[in-house]
Amino acid sequence: MRLSRRARALLRFAVGAALAFIYFPLVVIFIYAFNSSKILAWPPPSLTTEWFSKAFENEAAREAFFTSIKAGIAATAIALVLGTLASLAVARHRFFGRETISFLVILPIALPGIVTGVAISNTFTQVLNVPLSLFTVIVGHATFCIVVVYNNAVARLRRLSGSYEEASADLGAHTWQTFRYVTFAGMKSALIAGGLLAFALSFDEIIVTNFTIGAGEQTLPIWIFSNLFRPHELPIVNAVAVLTILISIIPVYLAHRLGGEDAAAPGRGGGGGVETEATAVP
Amino acid sequence: MGHRLAGLFQGRPRLQVGALLAGPVGWLVIGYLGSLAILLITAFWSVDPLSGLVVKNYTLENFETLFNEPVYREIVWRTVRTALLVTITDAIIAFPIAFYMAKVASRRGKALLVVGILLPLWSSYLVKVYAWRTILSSDGMLHWLLSPIGLDTPGYGMTAVWLVFSYLWLPYMILPIYAGLERIPDSLISASEDLGASPFTTFRRVILPLSFPAVVAGSIFTFSLTLGDYITPRLVSNEQFIGNVIFNNIANNQPLAAALALVPIVVMIAYLLVARKLGAFEHV
Amino acid sequence: MRSRYGNPARTAWLVLAGLVVFMLVLAGCGSSSSDTTGGGGEEALQKLGKGEGEVSLISWAGYVEPEWSKPFEQKTGCKVNNKVAGTSDEMVKLMSSGQYDGVSASGNATARLVAAGYVAPVNTGLVPNYKTVFSDLKDQPYNTFEGVNYGIPHGRGANLLMWNGNDVKPAPTSWNVTMDPKVAAKYKGKISQYDDPMSIAEAAVYLKAHETSLGIENPYELNEEQFNAAVELLKEQQPNVGEYWGEAAKQISGFANGDNTVGTTWQYQYFALKEEGVPVAASPAKQGFLPEEGATGWSDTWMIAKNAKHPNCMYEWMNWIIEPKVNAQVAEYFGEAPAQEKACEETKNPNFCAEYHAEEPDFWKRVYYWETPLADCGNGEEDCMDYNDWVKAWTSIKG
Repeated sequence: MRLSRRARALLRFAVGAALAFIYFPLVVIFIYAFNSSKILAWPPPSLTTEWFSKAFENEAAREAFFTSIKAGIAATAIALVLGTLASLAVARHRFFGRETISFLVILPIALPGIVTGVAISNTFTQVLNVPLSLFTVIVGHATFCIVVVYNNAVARLRRLSGSYEEASADLGAHTWQTFRYVTFAGMKSALIAGGLLAFALSFDEIIVTNFTIGAGEQTLPIWIFSNLFRPHELPIVNAVAVLTILISIIPVYLAHRLGGEDAAAPGRGGGGGVETEATAVP
Repeated sequence: MGHRLAGLFQGRPRLQVGALLAGPVGWLVIGYLGSLAILLITAFWSVDPLSGLVVKNYTLENFETLFNEPVYREIVWRTVRTALLVTITDAIIAFPIAFYMAKVASRRGKALLVVGILLPLWSSYLVKVYAWRTILSSDGMLHWLLSPIGLDTPGYGMTAVWLVFSYLWLPYMILPIYAGLERIPDSLISASEDLGASPFTTFRRVILPLSFPAVVAGSIFTFSLTLGDYITPRLVSNEQFIGNVIFNNIANNQPLAAALALVPIVVMIAYLLVARKLGAFEHV
Repeated sequence: MRSRYGNPARTAWLVLAGLVVFMLVLAGCGSSSSDTTGGGGEEALQKLGKGEGEVSLISWAGYVEPEWSKPFEQKTGCKVNNKVAGTSDEMVKLMSSGQYDGVSASGNATARLVAAGYVAPVNTGLVPNYKTVFSDLKDQPYNTFEGVNYGIPHGRGANLLMWNGNDVKPAPTSWNVTMDPKVAAKYKGKISQYDDPMSIAEAAVYLKAHETSLGIENPYELNEEQFNAAVELLKEQQPNVGEYWGEAAKQISGFANGDNTVGTTWQYQYFALKEEGVPVAASPAKQGFLPEEGATGWSDTWMIAKNAKHPNCMYEWMNWIIEPKVNAQVAEYFGEAPAQEKACEETKNPNFCAEYHAEEPDFWKRVYYWETPLADCGNGEEDCMDYNDWVKAWTSIKG
């Protein structure tokens, strides 16, 4: 698109301002993570790296971290399975209520987290008499993670022409082989991108988790929440936050690269450019 | 054995659909919707004032309370108003950057920007809100930044809530708009320019209408996430949002909380239906 | 692919919808939301057995600290899992999950926990240290119901009026600094009020002294006129409030960074802030730490959950917390009067019990322990406002 120099400059300014806005609190957290004082006045009196070593030593934080990882992996796995199944049905078949599936899948994330959390918690404790535990947390997370996988998968399936599957069937492959060698192969990177996004959602979730977690366990957000106002623990929380951001650069970048691999996929219309499924946000 | 099973599905699309959907639909309809229904039906029951236990006699008293006490109307309106404001704010901030990413940036720039936008999603929601709490506090960073020029931090309150919500959900607005703008073929824009339209006219009459569904898609998240959140209002203000009142009542007056919960649910379902009509579901 | 599935798919959806409706009907006709209804009837533990290896507690900030929980773990082998709650409502909600063994409940939770059937009676015979608990803490209306004992006293204290010595001058001697709209306006935006319906009782205490025509006796037993007056007062206070605090630590951070300069607090925050070097002050000891009108307060009780998973460890905990040395530590750490008589000999500060009036039942007449408001006013009338009314009013007050 041809833009005047002034328009281009204005656009660049808007982009810079938006990025500054996005990163400014993160920079603040970053600086506070090195703050030597426990009271969060500004500017910080001096800097220290002790919080990072304390973060590693903190048993509760470590356990919470691993619990979050466990929950995230399990929830993502369930979401991958259910999301893929639903996307295959919707993108490759026609049936009564097809449009409703998209609506249904988005509900857990569109409705207030507190409603989802309380509803699921109630059902487990009062109707099914199942005590709250990591299992119930995983169920809650999987429910709203389905949509992320589903959206990515449907977007990809729409781009992949169904003719490849028909050709595969014509060549004698049965349904499972067709799925495994043709459909799944084409969907793989979209699923991975969706899975990574689902993991991110689960990892950071607090509201639904608050209602579905058992007494003895903590996910990382729960741990952070319980320490947010404790002056002695807060600097460790900041350090933990910085660490999570740094560690997550890799999966986020991967998700994007995987989405981008498909630029040359068959069935994609003209116009190159970066694939956008990795960015099909919940 | 695997072959036999696969053969069973061959040429039986109905069976395929059924098998594919059994899991997800079972989970979502029986599990999720069923749980919701069980919760929401308590809105029609009442509660024993001492024990806080739900008493199963049907009554509309909870809805009466919600309608008659002005405070609940104020709270709902406050929440909806904030959600709208946040959505509009985010749309305005998101559009230029999404446009830049989709149509102006180089291939590498695009990749960097996408990663750059996604990264903050990975930092803890709680830590981000708390960072804002310290930034906005009366001797926090904003105060330090603005007092030399005679201004001051807005402190805690509605302004803070609006700021923080706009901040938190911005990536959820940028990405769908970016994806939607990406889908607009460059050829359309070139054609518009070839036909003599100024960049502004091209924007107004070609780009904006084509990207509108994507904006609506993004707005689903900014709107719904604001509508239900109770943590941010609690951390950076004294204001009660719908989520706060539900949270405060869920323990000892579940029927009232459930009745109030119906409001955002109804609002969101209506919003989703409108969004679907506008084509947003293709862009989510 | 041509669509040929109309009817079977439609049927499938209908079946699903039917299942959901069926679930609703089940929920509607089934038993009450809790299997246990009403209090009493449940047996207290008869015999103490071997410890189960862990115990899950819900407590107020500062009640379960490593200083005495770690020695407990070493002595009994019961690992302590502690969840800090900010309000009684939160405690009731957590107890309803059935995941905890015990709770340090205040008077505005105990009656509700018993009525809802979340707690079991306590067999004080299994708690040797109970014998030497102060007698004016035993068999009180907030820990004994229908003659049955439901808990072990932890300690008691009054809510404090705290202010920042640098910002609030002259030093307040009355609650009018937060309750009288004219005086409170001086500190507009800096007042810190407890985010809980119990604040209505604080307003009632103020009105009891300053608006005697209302005839308020017990700030928790308010008829409609008295109640509305208290609510009105708090609505007038609302524009001046900087922060409603629901967690002790939130208030600490508010005072520490200057966002709040005066308000209601607990000794835990007061001492924590002093330690951080924040110049906070409270009503002096010679006034009994009370402003002139008196104050609301609390007398807390450790209660055991019904069907607790670790009952033996819970009984060990209840006995431990009123062990003289431990109760002395507990009382001095938090800044409250101990429940255990013998703790007075063990406190580091030899005058501690005197300062905190632990042995003066008369002093506590000016402290109105948190209580659950009931419709039954105790005078034969049923026209007092009940807790639901209090909660609804609190929502209206905050706006």
